[in-house]
Amino acid sequence: MADPTTTDAASPISGASVRRGDRIFGGLSKYAGITVLVIMAAIAVFLVWQAIPSLATNTGNFFTEQSWNPDGDPPVFGIAALAFGTLVSSAIAMLLAVPVGIGIALFIVLYAPARLAAALAFITDLLAAVPSIIFGLWGLEVLIPGSAGVQRWMSDYLGWTVIFENTLELYGKSIFIASVVLAIMILPTVAAVSREVILQVPAGHKEAALALGATRWEMVRMAVFPFAKPGMISGAMLGLGRALGETIAVALILSAAFTINIHLTEPGGNTFAANIALKWNEAGTNGLSALVASGLVLFFLTLSVNMIARWIISRRSEFSGAN
Amino acid sequence: MTTTVDTSTRPPSSLIGGTLPTWAPALIGALAVASAVGLNMTTGLAGWFGTTIVGALIFVVIQSIWSFAVEGKRHAVDRLATTVVYSTFVIAVVPLISVLFTVLAKGLKVMSWGFLVNSMRNVSPRNPGGGAGHAIVGTLEQVALAAAFAIPVGILAAIFLVEYGRGRLARAISFFVDVMTGVPSIVAGLFIFTAFVLGLGMERSGFAAALALAILMLPVIIRTTEEMLRIVPNELREASYALGVPKWRTVLKVVLPTSLAGIVTGAMLAVARVAGETAPLLLTTFLTQSYNNNPFAGPQAALPTFIWDQITSGTTASVDRAWAGALVLITLIMIFYIVAKLLANRFAPKG
Repeated sequence: MADPTTTDAASPISGASVRRGDRIFGGLSKYAGITVLVIMAAIAVFLVWQAIPSLATNTGNFFTEQSWNPDGDPPVFGIAALAFGTLVSSAIAMLLAVPVGIGIALFIVLYAPARLAAALAFITDLLAAVPSIIFGLWGLEVLIPGSAGVQRWMSDYLGWTVIFENTLELYGKSIFIASVVLAIMILPTVAAVSREVILQVPAGHKEAALALGATRWEMVRMAVFPFAKPGMISGAMLGLGRALGETIAVALILSAAFTINIHLTEPGGNTFAANIALKWNEAGTNGLSALVASGLVLFFLTLSVNMIARWIISRRSEFSGAN
Repeated sequence: MTTTVDTSTRPPSSLIGGTLPTWAPALIGALAVASAVGLNMTTGLAGWFGTTIVGALIFVVIQSIWSFAVEGKRHAVDRLATTVVYSTFVIAVVPLISVLFTVLAKGLKVMSWGFLVNSMRNVSPRNPGGGAGHAIVGTLEQVALAAAFAIPVGILAAIFLVEYGRGRLARAISFFVDVMTGVPSIVAGLFIFTAFVLGLGMERSGFAAALALAILMLPVIIRTTEEMLRIVPNELREASYALGVPKWRTVLKVVLPTSLAGIVTGAMLAVARVAGETAPLLLTTFLTQSYNNNPFAGPQAALPTFIWDQITSGTTASVDRAWAGALVLITLIMIFYIVAKLLANRFAPKG
């Protein structure tokens, strides 16, 4: 890869007009770059500014209250149910998507014929191109009716785990379905990042393992995984970030409820993002402010997840020496 | 670069233990399918899902036992891992095919020329008819506006990172571009609403939606442009400097034209990504059932919000319209996507 810093050594010939042109163009591009920082800061500032009025008048505990009535008198609202739904659905989505995503990456890079690799990668990328509203529609119209039998089986035989127990015998818009749809949606993210790091594993490591008589799986376990682990972790984190903030698919699939229900296949559940989309048009002034406050929590949640993911990647690339 | 030795096709050798014949997986597979289907017919196993799971389990068990007996534990584990890796890909492809097939089958039911040009004006949600023409116009205008904001800023920012950027500022920008990629779309909508509608007193409009979409596009465009600029060979830049061309003209006349195709591809992918965004539109433009060709004033429909509106209406006719809207949207996105990929393949820098 070309080292961009070497271009700086070759400074242009000095001259008044040349320097002015460079100053203008360099300045323009610099301010375009700074726009990114300004937008990120502005998001935080404006959300905080709009969240304060409702937080000041809230008579419930913002973090533990299990109801959402910001336009009432007195206003009472809290994010407990939202946080539960968001974290649980994202966690289950991760449990489903991370092993499968890593498997897909392994398949494309190491198992499938090399000629097909590009086409297979394209197919997984197509999954990323499907808009979330179409996944929501599909979940609502295809997955929910199609999976009732499986969920009933899980309730019958795995009901002792409590989370799969379905006391209502109703298999509809539940956190479990939302998690499955989220898992499908974050699959391409996990697979794409894992694929990139698996491609970077030095051929020497893999060939050395095979030359010592390792089977293909032993090669994967002993040469590929140790090298690619940080990349896979950050791919999973990026997927988590996407799952936490996913709105429309979840809003269509969940039947918004403001109680915490540990039975995940029963109707109910809610997330930060879905709640904002569903409550937006019926909210009054304080209601909008309360929704902004919950959006602020979501923003900082995804921000920290993404920062950790990026930090893991950048730390890795500094000493990897893969290229 | 991935020259993996295929151990399963190696000729038998006295130095290594016994191996299963190459046709073994096919035989076990046929056996598993036959017994799963047989069980399904005789005992009424729980649907196609249960049948598939039982078939897969039978395959894994027979293969493991046979391989363990002939080849030993290590190879049995290897075969098990291979089966698992192959099946993960199948798991990913099943929902993709199901989504695309359902959209096609259900969308074509009410698809017609009328659906593409009519609006929902004076059409009750309960009645069939109407169309998504107003939403198609809205989506195209909003996405075009968003691209008009995000593409110039994004390309300039990428130029800064590659050609000018040094030190802490460039590192900070680069880091936050990555973080910005992960900003949830609904947060972008919330930001535009608080800053422009509450802050500046703008009305909700297609323009506000375009601003929210631009925020989502920006990091994608910066990242892809940056990658393209970095693969422009340094020799080209140095040759230009050697001829006395100042740096800014080198960037404009040498670096950008060389990487133009890749930049266009990145922009198309960014457009494809935001064209299906629903959440920011719900917050920044009201729903409307009529044509509004002016994105700067009044509520404007878009395909994602059209689909949302039709699903939440919940009648048979409106859900049919939602599927048809989904078909239009997915076709639009696939066109962007495939054009982008073709451009990338056709104009990819050689060497």
